Amino acid sequence: MGGLQKKKYERGSATNYITRNKARKKLQLSLPDFRRLCILKGIYPHEPKHKKKVNKGSTAPRTFYLLKDIRFLLHEPIVGKFREYKVFVRKLKKAYGKTEWSSVERLKENKPAYKLDHIIKERYPSFIDALRDIDDALCMCFLFSTFARTGKCHVQTIQLCRRLTVEWMNYVIASRALKKVFISIKGIYYQAEAMGQLITWLVPYQFSHDHPTDVDYRVMATFTEFYTTLLGFINFRLYHSLNLLYPPKVSWTLKQSQMKLSALSASLARVVSTAEEDEAELDQFPVDGEDMANMEAREKEQKQEEAQKKLFEGLKFFLNREVPRESLAFLIRCFGGEVSWDKSVCIGSTYEVKDETITHQIVDRPNIDKQYINRYYIQPQWVYDCVNAKIILPVEDYFLGVTLPPHLSPFVEEKDGDYVPPEKLKIMALQRGEKPAHEQEDEEEEEEEDEEEEEEEEEDDNEEEGDDGEEAEEKNLKKMEEQRSQGKSLSVKVTAGKVKVENPARLEQEEKAEEKRLAIMMMKKKEKYLYDKIMFGKKRKVREANKLAAKRKAHDDAEKSKKKARK
Amino acid sequence: MEESSSSSTRSAAQTHKIKEKEPQKGGKKRTKAEEEEEEELFNFKSKSTEEEEEDEDLSDSEDSIFSGLEDSGSDEDDDDEELSDDGDEEGLDDGELKLEQTQQIGIETKKETEETGETEETEGGRTEKAKQEDEYVHDSSDEEDIRNTVGNVPMEWYRDFPHIGYNLDGKKIYKPIRNKDELDDFLDKMDNPDYWRTVPDKQTGSDVVLSDEQVQLVNRLQRGQFGDANFNEYEPQVEFFSRDVMLHPVTNRPADKRSFIPSLIEKEKVSKLVHAIKMGWIKPRRVEDDSRGRYYDLWANEDSSILARHKMHLPAPKIPLPGHQESYNPPPEYLFTDEERALWEQQDPCDRKLPFVPRKFSSLRQVPAFSRFIHERFERCLDLYLCPRQRKMRVNVNPEDLIPKLPKPKDLQPFPTTQSLVYRGHSGLVRSISVSPSGQWLASGSDDGSVRFWEVCSSRCLKTVQVGGAVKSVAWNPNPSVCLLAVALDSVVLILSPSLADRQVVLSSERLLSAPQEADANEGAGPVTWSETEGEELNHGIRLKIQHPKAVQQVSWHAKGDYVASVMPDHSSNLQVLIHQLSRRRSQNPFRKNKGLVQCVSFHPVRPYFFVGTQRSVRIYNLVKQEMTKKLQANSKWISSMAVHPGGDHVICGSYDCRLSWFDLDLSTKPYKMLRHHKKAVRGVAYHRLYPLFASASDDGTVIVCHGTVYNDLLQNPLIVPVKVLRGHEITHDLGVLDVTFHPTQPWVFSSGADATIRLFT
Repeated sequence: MGGLQKKKYERGSATNYITRNKARKKLQLSLPDFRRLCILKGIYPHEPKHKKKVNKGSTAPRTFYLLKDIRFLLHEPIVGKFREYKVFVRKLKKAYGKTEWSSVERLKENKPAYKLDHIIKERYPSFIDALRDIDDALCMCFLFSTFARTGKCHVQTIQLCRRLTVEWMNYVIASRALKKVFISIKGIYYQAEAMGQLITWLVPYQFSHDHPTDVDYRVMATFTEFYTTLLGFINFRLYHSLNLLYPPKVSWTLKQSQMKLSALSASLARVVSTAEEDEAELDQFPVDGEDMANMEAREKEQKQEEAQKKLFEGLKFFLNREVPRESLAFLIRCFGGEVSWDKSVCIGSTYEVKDETITHQIVDRPNIDKQYINRYYIQPQWVYDCVNAKIILPVEDYFLGVTLPPHLSPFVEEKDGDYVPPEKLKIMALQRGEKPAHEQEDEEEEEEEDEEEEEEEEEDDNEEEGDDGEEAEEKNLKKMEEQRSQGKSLSVKVTAGKVKVENPARLEQEEKAEEKRLAIMMMKKKEKYLYDKIMFGKKRKVREANKLAAKRKAHDDAEKSKKKARK
Repeated sequence: MEESSSSSTRSAAQTHKIKEKEPQKGGKKRTKAEEEEEEELFNFKSKSTEEEEEDEDLSDSEDSIFSGLEDSGSDEDDDDEELSDDGDEEGLDDGELKLEQTQQIGIETKKETEETGETEETEGGRTEKAKQEDEYVHDSSDEEDIRNTVGNVPMEWYRDFPHIGYNLDGKKIYKPIRNKDELDDFLDKMDNPDYWRTVPDKQTGSDVVLSDEQVQLVNRLQRGQFGDANFNEYEPQVEFFSRDVMLHPVTNRPADKRSFIPSLIEKEKVSKLVHAIKMGWIKPRRVEDDSRGRYYDLWANEDSSILARHKMHLPAPKIPLPGHQESYNPPPEYLFTDEERALWEQQDPCDRKLPFVPRKFSSLRQVPAFSRFIHERFERCLDLYLCPRQRKMRVNVNPEDLIPKLPKPKDLQPFPTTQSLVYRGHSGLVRSISVSPSGQWLASGSDDGSVRFWEVCSSRCLKTVQVGGAVKSVAWNPNPSVCLLAVALDSVVLILSPSLADRQVVLSSERLLSAPQEADANEGAGPVTWSETEGEELNHGIRLKIQHPKAVQQVSWHAKGDYVASVMPDHSSNLQVLIHQLSRRRSQNPFRKNKGLVQCVSFHPVRPYFFVGTQRSVRIYNLVKQEMTKKLQANSKWISSMAVHPGGDHVICGSYDCRLSWFDLDLSTKPYKMLRHHKKAVRGVAYHRLYPLFASASDDGTVIVCHGTVYNDLLQNPLIVPVKVLRGHEITHDLGVLDVTFHPTQPWVFSSGADATIRLFT
């Protein structure tokens, strides 16, 4: 046959991908610049399906980018700015070397700068897209806002991050959007719902950072550069959605923590004074059957949400000096409570300790000298637990010096079969409106549990018995057989037969189980593999749940025995 | 002496001038000047004792006066500008003080000064009187008071003369008469209290008694202090050339012309810059761009045009939300036990289920900072820009849906379900069993060297035949009109006539065995020798002995019951399968070539086909045409057993790799279905003659009975449903069930195992 011979790797997937080095050369950028560009433009590598084909027969480990992505980068105006910056640095160095201070000045004045607005618009064509991707931005900004001036990043960046995070918190307060909060060992997680999007962010504890040496801060700084721009635009939009003025009128001259607090305690100036929150009530549609039930459920949910928004309304809190002020102030204000703290600790306090109308004082120390009668002295976890439970929890468990109940993660949604900690069950009972009859209920629960366990055990026993019966019969037969085979005359004896009580339900169950087993035998190899995998996962889950339950039981037993020993 | 003093006064005046012009000069110079001034004063005092004389160095004094005036004027100007009015007043006070001093110095001189003052007034009259006096006190220009007019000449020139010089009138000044001798001097020293302050004046030759002030002055000078007691060394410095723009110029020198005409050099520079800007070499100063930190409604007009690119875009997955174990105060069950902790520490960071150790704190204030916080954020950053993203289709199926929908076993009855009888008696593992065509008898061959005959219904062992070797295979003649059993052991195939049937049947079998005597002659040099048994063996029912050259593994009857095939597995020779014709006592080797190790053989139930199972495949030979018709690929390693469907269109093969393959001969050479039901090697397979059932026996101790309907409609594939897993045999020496066979008429299945039992499942 004639015709040109087809060359390998000139079509197909080999032409759709490009290695990182080639891409870099194509863009004529250094590796750090390429990295920066990728971060800003959100370009990530791709894993080709047939790596060897794409790699032109080689199996060396390489990073591949889509060729289209790289072509797309070619038209990016920022690439030009990067090059300009490179030239600028070169010129500046030269001027320094020649000690031409006037030209240094001139060059510094003309330092090339770029804006990221168009990139944000391009990466997030709609506002919701941007909002969906804001988690990381918030985490990063909150982290940077806790940095000190250590030279790890520009001071302006830190200040901008502080400003933006405070603005964000103000928005959350103003829109009462906070849903969940969780004190973890890493920091405090918050979850808010903005425009229907659940947004989770993590705020580190207020300590100075032990800056690690194996972290490339340039990468983080590039991300932060992008995130601050994104967060700024999002804040703008969110503020305007609430008819608020942006940027908010908060005096930024104050120092960091003070600024945060004063910002939190000051309410925001509205552009247009709106009438009371015009909550869009759900319209009643003529529906029937299931839809009706759905509607009711939804209505109920909405009501609950409304109630949560006004959780702390009418309560007056006072924060002692040892509690994390920012977090608590933010939280309490998010749910409509009033909050203040000692004047000497920080500015922005609105009332004194002596105020008679204070309902709760949040204290994190074993005891306190001077106590007022008409207020509760509680530990800070109460506030967090209340928010998560969406109800005002009884304060007894959170008094001073009391061992706190475990703090549970509100993000865990237990499906049936998962392990549910007993504390969560208790909270759920409270949510349903059941009265917490403390000790008795506990005991009852325990008893119930015991009963259940006993039942289970009994079942096991039954099974065992059945097996035992068969085995015993078999043994007898064997004995007889042996005797017969040895030629001995059998000891003829008639034993009264036992009536086997057969449980029809159980029989049926067994039958079904066998049927299933047989059907599983007939599965195709592929399906069998999948099935086995699924079942393995399920079993593992059950095993884990059982393990947790067993651990809990052991712990509880130990506690009980300790209590008894003390008595 | 005089000369030197005058020169010194001149120089003093000059230094004074300099001093006044540059008042910020160091104090040391100043002290020097003062010293000289004091000297002048001293001179002047001494002269004052002399007669009055006209000042001869008028020009000198005038000069000094001029310079003093000028200086003082400028001084005052400066004072006016820099200091407040108080300073001026102080200056005035000073002047008055000094005036008093001079009055005290000498009353004699007073007259003179007044006179000179008058003369000066006549001469100049430019200045005020007080000022003038002030000037004299301060200034060293007291030369006009010198009475001796010799000038600055060494006084020893007058040593030999009676006079010492000339006064202003030109008359000689006579030396005072020195009539004091040593004694007088001594007496004077003793008597005169002022002796110590009496000094001889060299110019006049007279003694001068120093006043108190003068003595003090001398003392001060000796101590290295300023002559003037009231002089303040630490007067504030007057800054003339400071950064402040003053109202008046320091000098009133007119501005240069060049300060009014544009500079040529500058012009050149500017033109260079202009040229550079024109050429674009220098960019004009950028307008400060403050739009960088300004936010606006970026999504004001959302258009979907950019959305197109984002079809391929995968948003980054969110960070998984924290569970209970991350809490600062988790429930106790989430905390690690010691073992878990040790395990966590041993594991690689990438293998750990949790990236942190759960910890419990009794209160919020005890929670420390998380040390890996920045690390975690950084890792997230790396994930975002370095990790390839892929859309993973998560299989979201209900596992129940994966289980195939099969007809219920209940609907597929009858099939054996329970173990009903156990045939015990063998002492070795039972390798092979066979059921008589009538279904009444069961024959079994065991490794203990016996063949036993059992009644199926009662599990009674009717007969035991010791054959003297481990029995590899037994097979009952399928022809119901004869009652014969073929037994394979070592290298012999025995034909037994157990006489367990009607007389009719026994007779017909006898006939079959005894008929072909004449054919014997033809035989002789063949590989096998046929021999009839005698004596003891004959009594046991062993009728024929077919001696093979090698060990026989299996025997298999043709459906008609005349032919029996025996298998001698051997790698190297083509003599692996022999077909014996019983009626003519003839044996033949059907294959010329060795096509692999033969495991088992079987006759087709209706057609003249012969199945030979080698290790990897099953070959089907047409016995009439003497050719191979088909070769079935079993796709398994080492076929162990084979069974042919009574219809003849289907074959099942069991293999040592736990598989059972069902071949549909009409379809392909590949198995229609592979069943992996067993956990261990499949040892035996069997079809039921009437019911659509087949069974497989395995080393895992189970017999699995399957329902396998074969439809007459050729288009419909056979339906295979496992219906029952039968257990009962015990596993001994890693061997479970060795053989399985169905009852010819009932849905019963027999199995023999390594535990030396035979079991019947009904």
